[in-house]
Amino acid sequence: MSLPDNGYRAILAVMAAVFGGLAVWFLIAVVVQSRSAFDTLGFSWIFQKVWDPSHGKFGLLPFILGTLETTAIAVVLAVPIGLGTALALAYLVPERARAALSTTVELLAAVPSVVYGLWGLVVLAPVFGSTVEPFLTSVLGWTGLFDGPNRGVGLLLAGVILFIMILPTMVAISRDVLVVVPSEQVEGAMALGATRWQVLRKVVVPGARTGLLGAFTLATGRALGETVAVALVIGNSPFIAHSLKSPAATIPSLIVNNFGESSGLQLSVLFAAGLVLLVIGILVNAAARWLVWSAAGSNAGAGAR
Amino acid sequence: MTALLDTPADPSVERRRAVQQAASSSLGRRKLASRLALGVCWLFLAIAIVPLVAIVVNVISKGLPAWSTDFFTHSTTPEGVPGGGAWNAIVGTIVITAIAVAVTVPLGLLCGLFLAESDGRVAAVLRFTADVMTGIPSITVGIFGYIAIVQHFKAYSGLAGAFAIGFIMLPVITRAGETAFRGVPRSLNEAALALGARRATISRRVVVPAALPGVLTGVLLAIARGMGETAPLLLTILGNQYLQWNPTKPMEALPIFIYNGSSQPYADQVQLAWGAALLLMVVVLALSIGSRLLAAWLRKERR
Repeated sequence: MSLPDNGYRAILAVMAAVFGGLAVWFLIAVVVQSRSAFDTLGFSWIFQKVWDPSHGKFGLLPFILGTLETTAIAVVLAVPIGLGTALALAYLVPERARAALSTTVELLAAVPSVVYGLWGLVVLAPVFGSTVEPFLTSVLGWTGLFDGPNRGVGLLLAGVILFIMILPTMVAISRDVLVVVPSEQVEGAMALGATRWQVLRKVVVPGARTGLLGAFTLATGRALGETVAVALVIGNSPFIAHSLKSPAATIPSLIVNNFGESSGLQLSVLFAAGLVLLVIGILVNAAARWLVWSAAGSNAGAGAR
Repeated sequence: MTALLDTPADPSVERRRAVQQAASSSLGRRKLASRLALGVCWLFLAIAIVPLVAIVVNVISKGLPAWSTDFFTHSTTPEGVPGGGAWNAIVGTIVITAIAVAVTVPLGLLCGLFLAESDGRVAAVLRFTADVMTGIPSITVGIFGYIAIVQHFKAYSGLAGAFAIGFIMLPVITRAGETAFRGVPRSLNEAALALGARRATISRRVVVPAALPGVLTGVLLAIARGMGETAPLLLTILGNQYLQWNPTKPMEALPIFIYNGSSQPYADQVQLAWGAALLLMVVVLALSIGSRLLAAWLRKERR
């Protein structure tokens, strides 16, 4: 016995409605609960510098900057290294090792972010404090980016942990789009006398451009929204970082660290901060999509998603 | 002799020589550049592999010593009291994941069927919504879980955590389901229709069985993703150092156990966190590897 067709269709439609309803509910719930923050404080608090809840000051700017800075560090490291790794995995590594290495990278993408945070705090932070930061200070101290004591935890470590965390995702997706570049094009370029690097740079990478930008966008989104891995290693200070070694905080780490002690207006401010994070995510995503469009030019269609 | 040398050289020969020279020096330069650039690629590969290998090695070497019988049978003890374990966190993760899976797998797969069978504007909007949902920062999903369940019932609970985790898993399962269902050959559908089968029967007896490898892979990967989420749980289940099977009460879970343990000043707490990290990593990797093997095996059975 089985359902008549219209009953079956109705059930599917109801399930789809539940799905859509959940998404709408999510948006409404967060917006409604953030309202008292916007009603009381207006919008200027988003760009103010002082976070001092006990005196009614809820400046979000330090956390917005912290979010953007950690993400920027992670992306600046991950784009060249991720692309180089993906190229090596797709075309340079001996064929026998390719499958095994690629699978390993894909599996690493599933490792929970809290594990990266634990490793960053317990293993990498002491190394940063004792070796990496003193070294960078001695070499690049003149830039002023490395002022202040070597703490280990801080903006730089958070960015580096994010970089390590998004790397497997980025490499796995980039490799997938690099290997599907038509072999006729690769062989054609080789027949014209191009060196291996010229083939990669002028044929393979441009051919996979849209897919690569998609991978970078996804990785950037993950870095922007990451909470616990950052909260464990950034040092959580509500001040604008003046150097890469300063402790800082991001919007997610602000929310997770203050959630327990908040109520009333402060809780609403945290919800509103979540909303700001969503907006930043959308803006970054839109910017990336625009980049894809303008870079891909007229043949954007196929891989643009 | 001098006369011979002074005679103006054939201009075409000279030009050819110049071209050859330029070409050979260009080839040398290009080869050198190529070697350098490829070397940089290899270097980046090494830079990428070192930390990832270090994490895996560290989690195993620091986590294994924490795996005692106590670890799997006892709950967290107060700071400084030896013999604590992660049993409360293991139970919490099992209960929360089970609830989330029980709700989201049927819901997500039915939504996937809906998407696979319709091409209208509604389906396009829903597809877009699902894609946006997968990109939402997990902390805001935690906020949603807090507002929707915790505030409403005025209590932190495992159910609120399952709600948040389910919200994260749902779009993943839906899209994976849609992709798998769409992969089923149209001819199978049409043959069943021609035999007079109803849509529901076709889905149950033809489409779902045919799409099973893809569906299982998607579901297992979604579970692996859901199990590792930390931020949404911090805002919804609160954490609980005692054993709690009742999902209407605050619970512990492995990610929270790791998060809290890693920032403890006590060495034994940190070691328990490593043990939990190893456990979580093993389970998540087993799900990922298992899904691949299962899908491969199912496909082979079909042949």
